[in-house]
Amino acid sequence: MSAISQFWRTGPRRDPNTIAYIVLIVVGALAPIFLQLFLGGTATFWLTVFADMGVYILLAIGLNVVVGFAGLLDLGYAAFFAIGAYTYAFLASEHGIVTPLHEAFHVPFWIVLLVAMFVAASFGLILGAPTLRLRGDYLAIVTLGFGEIVPRVFKNASVWTSGANGVSALDIPALPVWIQGPWSGDPFAIVQDFKILAPLAYYVIMFVLLILCVILVRNLHSSRLGRAWMAVREDEVAAAAMGVNTVATKLYAFAIGAAFSGFAGTYYAAKLSLVSPENFGFSVSITILVMVVLGGMGNIAGVIIGSAVIYSVIFIFLPQLPDYATSFVQSVGLSGLTQSSGDYPGIGEFISRLKFLVFGLILVVVMLLRPQGLLPSRQREQELQKGVHEDTTIVDVNAETA
Amino acid sequence: MGTIGEAIRQRRSLLRSGGTGLILNAGLVLLVALFGILLIQRIYDQGASFFLQILAFALANGGIYALIALGYTMVYGIIELINFAHGDVFAFGTFLSASLIPIFGLAEGQAFGPGTALALVVVFVVTMLVCGVLNVSIERIAYRPLRNAPRLAPLITAVGMSFFLEGVLFLWKGPSNVHYPDILPSAGVQIFGATLGVKEVVVLVIAVVLMVALALFVDRTRLGKAMRATAQDRDAALLMGIDIDQTIAATFFIGAVLAGAGGTMFGLYYNTSVFDLGFSAGLFAFTAAVFGGIGNIYGAAIGGMFIGIIRSFWDGYFDSAWTDVVIFAILILTLVFRPTGIMGMRVPEK
Repeated sequence: MSAISQFWRTGPRRDPNTIAYIVLIVVGALAPIFLQLFLGGTATFWLTVFADMGVYILLAIGLNVVVGFAGLLDLGYAAFFAIGAYTYAFLASEHGIVTPLHEAFHVPFWIVLLVAMFVAASFGLILGAPTLRLRGDYLAIVTLGFGEIVPRVFKNASVWTSGANGVSALDIPALPVWIQGPWSGDPFAIVQDFKILAPLAYYVIMFVLLILCVILVRNLHSSRLGRAWMAVREDEVAAAAMGVNTVATKLYAFAIGAAFSGFAGTYYAAKLSLVSPENFGFSVSITILVMVVLGGMGNIAGVIIGSAVIYSVIFIFLPQLPDYATSFVQSVGLSGLTQSSGDYPGIGEFISRLKFLVFGLILVVVMLLRPQGLLPSRQREQELQKGVHEDTTIVDVNAETA
Repeated sequence: MGTIGEAIRQRRSLLRSGGTGLILNAGLVLLVALFGILLIQRIYDQGASFFLQILAFALANGGIYALIALGYTMVYGIIELINFAHGDVFAFGTFLSASLIPIFGLAEGQAFGPGTALALVVVFVVTMLVCGVLNVSIERIAYRPLRNAPRLAPLITAVGMSFFLEGVLFLWKGPSNVHYPDILPSAGVQIFGATLGVKEVVVLVIAVVLMVALALFVDRTRLGKAMRATAQDRDAALLMGIDIDQTIAATFFIGAVLAGAGGTMFGLYYNTSVFDLGFSAGLFAFTAAVFGGIGNIYGAAIGGMFIGIIRSFWDGYFDSAWTDVVIFAILILTLVFRPTGIMGMRVPEK
């Protein structure tokens, strides 16, 4: 008992992140069992949903490296996601036949995961190397431009990418060897080249990937590089004066962030077995940014919670809300609201149009009222609340004259 | 404190800008020259009347982009913030004026006389004022409380405000294209086989008049002087007795007034609008502002014209599917090779 109380006193009570991590791991590990127990048949549907949520969590963790750790605003993050997804599409499907190469590649999923990381990171380097010297807000606009260019290139270069139709029938990820047994409802057997089809398998893969990534990013954060990121974020000039190579530091953040996005893109493409340029627009970049900002920039546990919340709201709650609202309005006796008139499309459609508005509100309200996010990083909280110190004298003068 | 880091950075950038910089610059010049030759050849092939037609489109387009770009550049010049919501204020202008036109008794197919012209002027003025008030409210709510926060914070609220406005427009008219009443006469004069329409002339004249008015305002009036002072050194301006908050609010107001005018002109010219128009138009206009040199109003006007020309000529002579890519590439290349634009001011890192 005393060990537990000791742990409590030194760990969770000081740092809410520990609780968050424990809760997340327990929930994540037990979710499939409970879903099976309580929902039975529809459990597989929810497992698919949660695996998709994992993609966004992965993306948010990666964007957190860029925005949260290094303080660089990346508004084109979905571009690297697209690059990762298309890397899988090129390396693991029959699509190569119809391109001018006339040759199809079938590289295993696990290798493409790594390849896509490097491809995305290289694009991050190519974009970042000339632009990271710029001021922070210029970087935001450069990434925004890049984020618009990439999907358009995939859409327009139809000789290589089939244009707006995208690439479909991608390879199903496979394990080289797998032992079948009663746990999957089959007789015992050793299977070679086992194709991964079950939603549970995708869920487990995502869960393991997430744990690995969280450990990796946590270690990065407390490494020399992580401290350099913090220094650059707080005061770039001072960091440079202290001997931090600011450009290289920012470049690392950018490339590592891009690598995560490429990684997530490959998983996404493999699971969906389809890539299309429409899936990687600006709204994806913004969704991920909202997740990071809401959860708490710079804090991994916070970012995971933020992405879980946003994902649930956007992809689970909002799509169902119109039906609820329609039936609610009818049961209250205001069925006139369900009729469309003029520009008003009826309550159901009206509510389904709320997404953009909600996103905008979250970004503005969080930055104004709680800039450190739901579950803040302590250092970031100090920075964001105290603000930039050099202007404080002027603010005081202002307060007196006002 | 800044001087040491600045010195180190300058030394480093000097070291770096040796060989690779030269090769990159040469490559860029070569690429531009290649496209220039290709363009000249195609212009020659297609004939003079096609060229003049495209030029007319380009100038009208450029006038609209220039008006939006002015708002970006003024706001950036004074508080160094990319007002992402600015493009959406412009889109709001198209939506609002589209709704105002029937209210002031204008309808499609109506004969265009002095009465209708007056009503149109009223539509312009009301749209411009409402857009101005909207932008000032945005500044008051989302930017002013964060003026002393780290720079990331107002940038994120700016993106949030942009999405919020887009959301409002989406709620208002839904996802599909919105028809804008076609009330300007579609007549035109023939010049060398090209048609110079009344629409193009109206758009260009209004844009030029507004830009000249703005230049005079910033150059000659007391408030304009206050704006320039605040942009140069906010603290010093404060010590000289300038009301910073009011000056910044005025900047937002004037920027949005121009965007509102641009929105009305866009609607009258293209007769269509859509809820996320502000995103692409805003990004194009921002490219114009960057190309001209952000913070410089003459630069924004020239940059807007340049982007209009690039857009129309690419649409006309090359593949229009790639126009967006070309313009965003110009944005990135300008920022990489000449962040101060063609006639930009130096923006110190603060």
